Amino acid sequence: MYIVVDLNRCQGYAQCVFLAPKVFELHGEEALMYLTRVPEDQQDPVRRAVAACPVQAITVGGAAGAGN
Amino acid sequence: MPPETLFRRITDYASRADPYPLYAELREARVARQEDGSYLIGTFADVAALLHDPRISSDLHNRTDPRAGGLLPPPDDMPPSFIGVDDPEHDRLRRLAMRPFGPPHSPGRIDGLTGEVTRIARELAGSLDGRDRIDLVDDFAYPLPVGVICGLLGVPAEDVPQVHAWTESIIAGFDLTPGQDEEARTRAAREARRGMAAYLSGLAESRRGHPSGDLLSDLANDHGPDGSLTPGELMVTAVLLLIAGHETTVNLITNGMLTLLRHPDALALLRADPGLVPGAVEELLRYEPPVQLLPQRTPLTDVEVAGVTIPRGAPLILVLAAANRDPLRYENADRFDPLRRDIQHFGFGSGVHNCFGAPLARLETRVALTELLRALDAPALVEDPPPYRRSPVLRGPRHLLIEQATGGGA
Amino acid sequence: MPGTDRPGRIVVVGASLAGLRAAEALRDNGFTGELTLVGEEDRPPYDRPPLSKAVLLGRVRAADVTLPARRAVDARWRLGVRAEGVDLTHRTVLLAGGERLPYDRLLIATGTRARPWPHPGEAALHGVLALRTAADAALLSGLLDAGPRRVLVIGAGFTGSEIASACRGRGLDVTVVERGPAPLVGALGGTLGAFAAALQRAHGVDLRCGVTVTSLQGRDGRLVGAELSDGGRIEADVAVVCLGAVRNTEWLDGSGLAAGPRGLACDAGCRAFDMYGIVTDDVFVAGDVARFPHPLFEYQLLSLEHWGNAVAQAEVAAHNMISEGPRRRPHLAVPAFWSSQFGLNIKSVGVPTFSDRVVIAQGSPAERRLVAVYGYRGRVTAAVSVNRAKSLEYYERLIESAAPFPPDPATTDRTVAPTPVPSDVPDPRQLSHGPTVALTGHLPDRRGLALVRRES
Repeated sequence: MYIVVDLNRCQGYAQCVFLAPKVFELHGEEALMYLTRVPEDQQDPVRRAVAACPVQAITVGGAAGAGN
Repeated sequence: MPPETLFRRITDYASRADPYPLYAELREARVARQEDGSYLIGTFADVAALLHDPRISSDLHNRTDPRAGGLLPPPDDMPPSFIGVDDPEHDRLRRLAMRPFGPPHSPGRIDGLTGEVTRIARELAGSLDGRDRIDLVDDFAYPLPVGVICGLLGVPAEDVPQVHAWTESIIAGFDLTPGQDEEARTRAAREARRGMAAYLSGLAESRRGHPSGDLLSDLANDHGPDGSLTPGELMVTAVLLLIAGHETTVNLITNGMLTLLRHPDALALLRADPGLVPGAVEELLRYEPPVQLLPQRTPLTDVEVAGVTIPRGAPLILVLAAANRDPLRYENADRFDPLRRDIQHFGFGSGVHNCFGAPLARLETRVALTELLRALDAPALVEDPPPYRRSPVLRGPRHLLIEQATGGGA
Repeated sequence: MPGTDRPGRIVVVGASLAGLRAAEALRDNGFTGELTLVGEEDRPPYDRPPLSKAVLLGRVRAADVTLPARRAVDARWRLGVRAEGVDLTHRTVLLAGGERLPYDRLLIATGTRARPWPHPGEAALHGVLALRTAADAALLSGLLDAGPRRVLVIGAGFTGSEIASACRGRGLDVTVVERGPAPLVGALGGTLGAFAAALQRAHGVDLRCGVTVTSLQGRDGRLVGAELSDGGRIEADVAVVCLGAVRNTEWLDGSGLAAGPRGLACDAGCRAFDMYGIVTDDVFVAGDVARFPHPLFEYQLLSLEHWGNAVAQAEVAAHNMISEGPRRRPHLAVPAFWSSQFGLNIKSVGVPTFSDRVVIAQGSPAERRLVAVYGYRGRVTAAVSVNRAKSLEYYERLIESAAPFPPDPATTDRTVAPTPVPSDVPDPRQLSHGPTVALTGHLPDRRGLALVRRES
């Protein structure tokens, strides 16, 4: 599972960091960084973060281009 | 009926069980000026715009008449918490409060509570086992968040009943009905707020220099780039966290179970796949938000909305629950759909004053619904609609009686 | 759900963000025909923004940077293959090796590449590189892992500034050399340029503005230092060339399309123009390689190197590729981008360079928390936030509605109305870093043709 966050949409509510602190982190008060590839044991927290994002900026999925 | 009375009809207790037709009326009007000079707003686009508008103040001192608009307790002698002030002061206080609570300083704190929240929820759910009739509010939805927030702050278990009593009085003070014992309730609320503040101050003072790992200790001992909270700021912040920490989540959990019991297909779906619960919680926050409206906004200048000029200093009331069901934003907006995608709700507000405790409420509600669905055997509503609490702002059932199939559990 | 007006074969040249999102949008919109994606890099589409941030900080491996699929696209992927030409008459794309791909509609999304260091001998030194691809990022993070004595960053646009930030984050000494008066000045103008300069210096960057690198020096094939136009000399074992981007249009030379160094011109519906300014009906363009007219900016042709533009324009292009006449949509998104550096979140909406004045409408540089609002001839045209992202959508609405500049001074954190100052956007020719937003002028309906010759 891979992540991309549309950081144009992101307003720094940081709900993803609360829900999956091993995957998402804030640099300073507002700049979001994240693991692009989700570790196996973090998939559920990441799915919760996707659902909770107040601006619906997180996309997850398999790597594009592979076999399709 | 003229829109000038819309707010009175919304706040009328008779509307509590189903205010949504009134919200539809509000969306139709877009801006509804009330007899007392306040303005109601309820479409998704307008609420979104005003929640992000830097000309809109959360500080009641900017209101021409601080008592206009109703619903708000009269100002008392305590300093305002960060929800009642504007940037940069709001930003500073909130940042200080956030340091021990969440990112960037304490990113794992709330996630780290998962085990404790689950333990409390399982204990409470276990106590429902084998009982053919329960009150979801008193038996589960209230004690869970109270236990969690008290544990997080560091309130000793033996003091929880006192905290509970103070909270009840304070919340009652938010719910003023003209013509009724208003003064007595206002006085009681003020007394309770003072009592709670003094109690939490004492608790925080006892932790100063003696940190015990709880939030109050961290708030009392933390020193970051913005300095520290003063004792007064710490007091009102602690009161805010304690009250908000249980008066909203109780409604979210209760409204959640009520909604699921009204939608047996959805209930069965979530029971079969608890992985769907987080998405369903977001839909609940849209469909039955625990905070229905924000009564505390004021324009700093004349602001135009939908061709109507809202004058500087006028009470501005943003009806979040109406915006959440705007058909221009959501297909079948009045339908509860636990699989709905692309939910951007105002269940926790939005903009700089977005709910501080949202991550805690999400965690508690996800765990609560998961454990309830696991524990309850063929639950059914005893009465629908249930009796509601008085408040039109913090709206939710006062009791939610549920029957279980006998012989269930174990 | 719109049906497909136009089945057939679609070829997408360029398999990065715009190409991928266009392919997904084509399928979302019901296109059931044959779909082929051609990409020069041999790996599937990946996301570039993390390359200069999380990857350089060592948080994410370059190999783990990808783009999640929004949906299956059921396409033929021709990766590691260059497209070398288009035959508009016979509707074929010529691939390296001589193969011809027939198409009924073509989407050109070939993007940009890093502008190389102008002296090939110096550019070949070990330790000298640009940062554009995942391979570049892997190479650079390897060089940073090795603990260089000093990193030289040539050009202080967004990429150069983010690299400098990552170096400081790793505790590495870094010198930034910029021909212009300040970092980011080409994109954000003088006020925020000065802010960025102070920010870099506060974080220990050795920032030299108004200076150019006159030569890179090597020993045994490895970079050892650089000479500067002010007579200064720097010892460094890594030099990152951040001189902006070059649009990948050379492969269209001779095709008859309106392609040149500033991109491939198109109409608001993403249809490419031919060299006479006549719109084609089967060639579309999206992403960094496109120049398109925008009504908010006097219909000047914009070239944007923005992630969000690649996504939005790809979606419009895809929709229009399979829709007839009145069902087509214009690409009207307000330009937006972000950068994170030195612990700050910088976001922009509108076009800050399309301005004559700027005002700090909220916050202040001292707090490192602010919103700067840009105006042009009395209307709001852009806003940039530093750690105040939640305020930005308000200003986006002001831009969309051409609201008067300066904006209403009554905001919650202000007691005194701030004073606008000149926005001081320099001529791009005075900068090392190419601006990531370019107003490229020359309306497509001009009667004459002005031939723009390729540089150097």
